[in-house]
Amino acid sequence: MTASTHSPVPQQLPPKLFDARCTACWFMVGVLALVMASFWSLNLQWAQFLSWQALLKMGRFLGELFPPNVEPAFLKKLGLATLETLAMSALGTLLAVVLGLALALPASKSHADDPARWRGLTRLILNALRSIPELVWAAMLLITVGLGPFAGTLALALHTAGVLGRLFAEAIENAPAGPSFALRARGVGEGRVFIYATLPQILPQLLSYTLYRWENNIRAAAVLGVVGAGGLGQMLAYHLGLFQMQDTSSVLLAMLLLVALVDTLSYVSRRLLER
Amino acid sequence: MSPAQRPELRPKLKSQLQPQLRDPAWLGRVFGCLATAVVLWPLLVLSEFKPGQLFEPGALKPTLHFLADFFPPKTDADFLAMLARETWRTVAIATAGLVLAMLLAIPLTLLSVRVLSISALSGRMAWLPSVFRQGIRGVLIVLRSVPELVWALLFVRIVGLGPTSGVLAIALTYGGMLGKVYADILESGDAHASQTLLRNGSGRMQAFFYALLPQTAAELTSYTVYRWECAIRSSAVLGFVGAGGLGQQMDASMKMFNGSEVGTMLLVFMLLVWLADNVSAWLRKGLG
Repeated sequence: MTASTHSPVPQQLPPKLFDARCTACWFMVGVLALVMASFWSLNLQWAQFLSWQALLKMGRFLGELFPPNVEPAFLKKLGLATLETLAMSALGTLLAVVLGLALALPASKSHADDPARWRGLTRLILNALRSIPELVWAAMLLITVGLGPFAGTLALALHTAGVLGRLFAEAIENAPAGPSFALRARGVGEGRVFIYATLPQILPQLLSYTLYRWENNIRAAAVLGVVGAGGLGQMLAYHLGLFQMQDTSSVLLAMLLLVALVDTLSYVSRRLLER
Repeated sequence: MSPAQRPELRPKLKSQLQPQLRDPAWLGRVFGCLATAVVLWPLLVLSEFKPGQLFEPGALKPTLHFLADFFPPKTDADFLAMLARETWRTVAIATAGLVLAMLLAIPLTLLSVRVLSISALSGRMAWLPSVFRQGIRGVLIVLRSVPELVWALLFVRIVGLGPTSGVLAIALTYGGMLGKVYADILESGDAHASQTLLRNGSGRMQAFFYALLPQTAAELTSYTVYRWECAIRSSAVLGFVGAGGLGQQMDASMKMFNGSEVGTMLLVFMLLVWLADNVSAWLRKGLG
């Protein structure tokens, strides 16, 4: 006599409608619904965009971009704006490192007995800084400091401080605890424990995060100007606003060149470091 | 004898009295500080760095006024309904843009991916397909290296204000990004199965669907979801150049110095980013 003859339950039940196996189907249904709802609710002007007239307009628009303006005086201005973009990104990143580190210290629980009273509050501040994009910061800072690269620099600094602060805090918490424990056991104060035990261990990591964010910030600084916060973006918005299409195309080319340069440099340095 | 010739009478430095306090690396430190100052100076000049500006009474007063207006945030029913509509529009612009980006990226990926080359099976790829594939890669690089904000600025000129230019901007930039990363993912997988299929006479599409796609589908989907999250963030910003959604309303409120409206919008914006972040993390965790 075997057990199977007594069990009334068949070996395999058919899958239920909301079965784990069907997660993918429900996911697809959800995605399709979202996509359909998006296209339906936006009522995009395809007819207007793909009409003969619109295509002609676009062709004329592209035609006006050529040839780019290459007068020496204009190129000099363009070079200056490019330098301004680079300076904004570098200074913004530097300020962000200082501010991020200052916020990362209270935001991290460095050892088991650390009460970390300010952890929740500083994490909230870091998240707020991080979730507001550079461009929104720049638009708000324009009210305080007016048009110009200073607003852009501060905007980059604030957003990046949020990003770096969180990464730094995680780096501090994940640092090997041995050296700092050894110092702490001998009664060394928290500040010096950080400088002599934790910081040397996490410095390479902090540096690589910083360089990565700087690369991002150069790209961000190039477009930040469209709200009036200096650099190449401000020139782009200015000349595009005045319908000076040949100047616009030079600015666009400079922007592309800058981004391509940064991409290449980052790729090459990564390859060199990995070797 | 003058005091200068009698060294024991000269006042001694603290570091000479207590050698353990002398910094052996002071020369390097001083040099480092000077070098930093020399590098930093042009940066400060170029970015017109004047922190004093923040605290001038002319600047401080409107700022404080604006910030004080943040509380309480505006919570009219009408205003909230408008905000909900614009938030949905932001999500819709991102979703529609990403769908168009995928429609752009998938064919370009299939054209540019090296694993589906038949001539590459016998060692080196023939020169014509190789040049063709490099060309398609170049197109993807150009698409992706123009920031979406710049595309939006140009499209606003052509199609006018509104979500259409936002959708197109996201479609072009994200098309480039997706295409590049899709190709990288497909090429990083194990090429053995697709090579076997190609060698035995199957078509490129068959090799793609039966060998490449099954082993990389999870990774491809995961990356697409991640990009959707990024697209939501950038579509909220695109409004600042007139491409519809939350950003456009925020721009308008900021230009009118309406702090309470901006306060509510910032909260909604943070909530949206947080939600997109979590939904995307949850989906990607499900994909493994």
